[in-house]
Amino acid sequence: MTVNMGPQHPSTHGVLRLVLELDGETVVSVSPTIGFLHTGIEKTAEQKKWQQVIPLVERMDYLGAQSNSLAFSLSVEKLLGLEMPQRVKDIRVLIAELQRISSHLVWFGTHGMEIGAITVMLYAFREREILMNLNEMLAGFRFFPSYIRVGGLRDDLPRGFKEAVAAFLERLPGKLDEYETMLTKNPIWLDRTRGVGTITLADCYQWGLFGPIARAAGGDFDVRRAFPYTGYETYKFDVIGASNGDVYDRYITRVAEMRESVKICLQALERIDPVGDFQVADRRVAPPPKDEVYTEMEALIQHFLIYSQGFNVPAGDAYVPVEGPRGEHGCYVVSDGSNRPWRVHMRSPGLMASQALHKFIVGGMIADVVAVIGSLDVVMGDVDR
Amino acid sequence: MDVQPLIDQLSTLVPGVVLAPAPSADTDVTPALWVSAAHILPVCFALRDAAGLEYLAFSNVTAVDYHPRRTPRFDIVYHMVSPHRRTRLRLKVQLGPDEPIASVTPVWPGAGWCEREIYDLFGIVFDGHTDLRRLMMTEDWEGHPLRKDYPVQVRKDAQTYMPLQVTAEEFRANMERDRYSRSRPR
Repeated sequence: MTVNMGPQHPSTHGVLRLVLELDGETVVSVSPTIGFLHTGIEKTAEQKKWQQVIPLVERMDYLGAQSNSLAFSLSVEKLLGLEMPQRVKDIRVLIAELQRISSHLVWFGTHGMEIGAITVMLYAFREREILMNLNEMLAGFRFFPSYIRVGGLRDDLPRGFKEAVAAFLERLPGKLDEYETMLTKNPIWLDRTRGVGTITLADCYQWGLFGPIARAAGGDFDVRRAFPYTGYETYKFDVIGASNGDVYDRYITRVAEMRESVKICLQALERIDPVGDFQVADRRVAPPPKDEVYTEMEALIQHFLIYSQGFNVPAGDAYVPVEGPRGEHGCYVVSDGSNRPWRVHMRSPGLMASQALHKFIVGGMIADVVAVIGSLDVVMGDVDR
Repeated sequence: MDVQPLIDQLSTLVPGVVLAPAPSADTDVTPALWVSAAHILPVCFALRDAAGLEYLAFSNVTAVDYHPRRTPRFDIVYHMVSPHRRTRLRLKVQLGPDEPIASVTPVWPGAGWCEREIYDLFGIVFDGHTDLRRLMMTEDWEGHPLRKDYPVQVRKDAQTYMPLQVTAEEFRANMERDRYSRSRPR
């Protein structure tokens, strides 16, 4: 029998269409169709100035928005040859890890809900709401703050932000324990997830799957550890892994990853000075401070140039890998030396995961399809771009 | 990072290949090589299998269009990772508009959809790809949007490439075309 699942299906995380061929309840073949959310962001980005691309790339992987803008900024900064001040690096680490927690909380809630544990959705979204409020505090936007910019950050941290983050970080581990009491040893959860959707590490790498999926299959590849960026080499954290590569191990990996993120955030909070730089001193990229704009002609001209024409980026190409919530993110940018990108390409972990879907579900039961899609944590905005 | 040892090793493994270091801004993390288009498949096999290279993991493939500033107009850019050696590599291949290039799906199956995306958005044909269809755009889309000579704003009438109600024969034909693995017993 052939079953058409999606594009409008609550468990396909947006608009993923699967054509499943079944023998009884066993999945014989699967053919994913994507592209329903294709918005041509990569084409649009070629028409925009470098700084204007930030809001665009944030709309790709909309649950890990700031990991996209971090990837893009790092690549462009590589082309510009900029080295960020230490304070900017630490704030970026803090923001990236909060974003990881936020993304994992959405995964946790929806994944649980899809397999029938409705309660955890409400619990997880309660904590995520705090993170959304933190984003609002940061930038006025809850979903797409565009706070990480080429050349640093949009603004300094708002008053009271560190205290709010500290309060959240104090609250979260206890709440994670609370979530885990509902699922980790729950016999129904174990039955639904153990031994389901198994994949080997060799398959993961061949199909381009990194991040929590590969680590749950016994891998230890974490971009933060293997190719450190924005100062991750100075932070203490464990690379979490499991060995079976099934849905349950991916669950365990991600939950443990949230705890590691809390550790990293606490270290970052400790390092961030109350006052200091929030962007590079390089006037090519960073607008001059307002008091200079009001008093000095040169600063006024530079301010005008940055906001009207943007800045030129030296010709060349760069790709800086970043460990996003779903695996290796990275932005391949090509510049021709002008004030607009020649090409922007985002490596999408979700595209790889949905491509390899048949490795997880062929031979399994149809009811497990939902569990597997949830455990892969695909975001269709990221897949289709 | 010095790529000369890698060039020497690959030159002995793949006879006839033309390799050159490609200057990039990020060669400290990702060294880059120009590879002759005809040899991309054996080079990728060598990168995956040769001792001391072991680029087991595939990261991504994409294309860049340099039209009208350069001929040949396209670059195909491959990224690969060796997870346990913790090294990365970028391969770049120059390609003209109507030249096909060998698919690297025999080496890393994960390249499949990336190559479909390039076929869809740039119109580059990959030889040896088992399922080369459009990925992002609808199947009857005209043109390849990420080419530089494709207009940014096009007005097109709304169209569906498949009628919403299809006959049983049409449905089966669609399924047959969509099926991922054709060899499985029914």
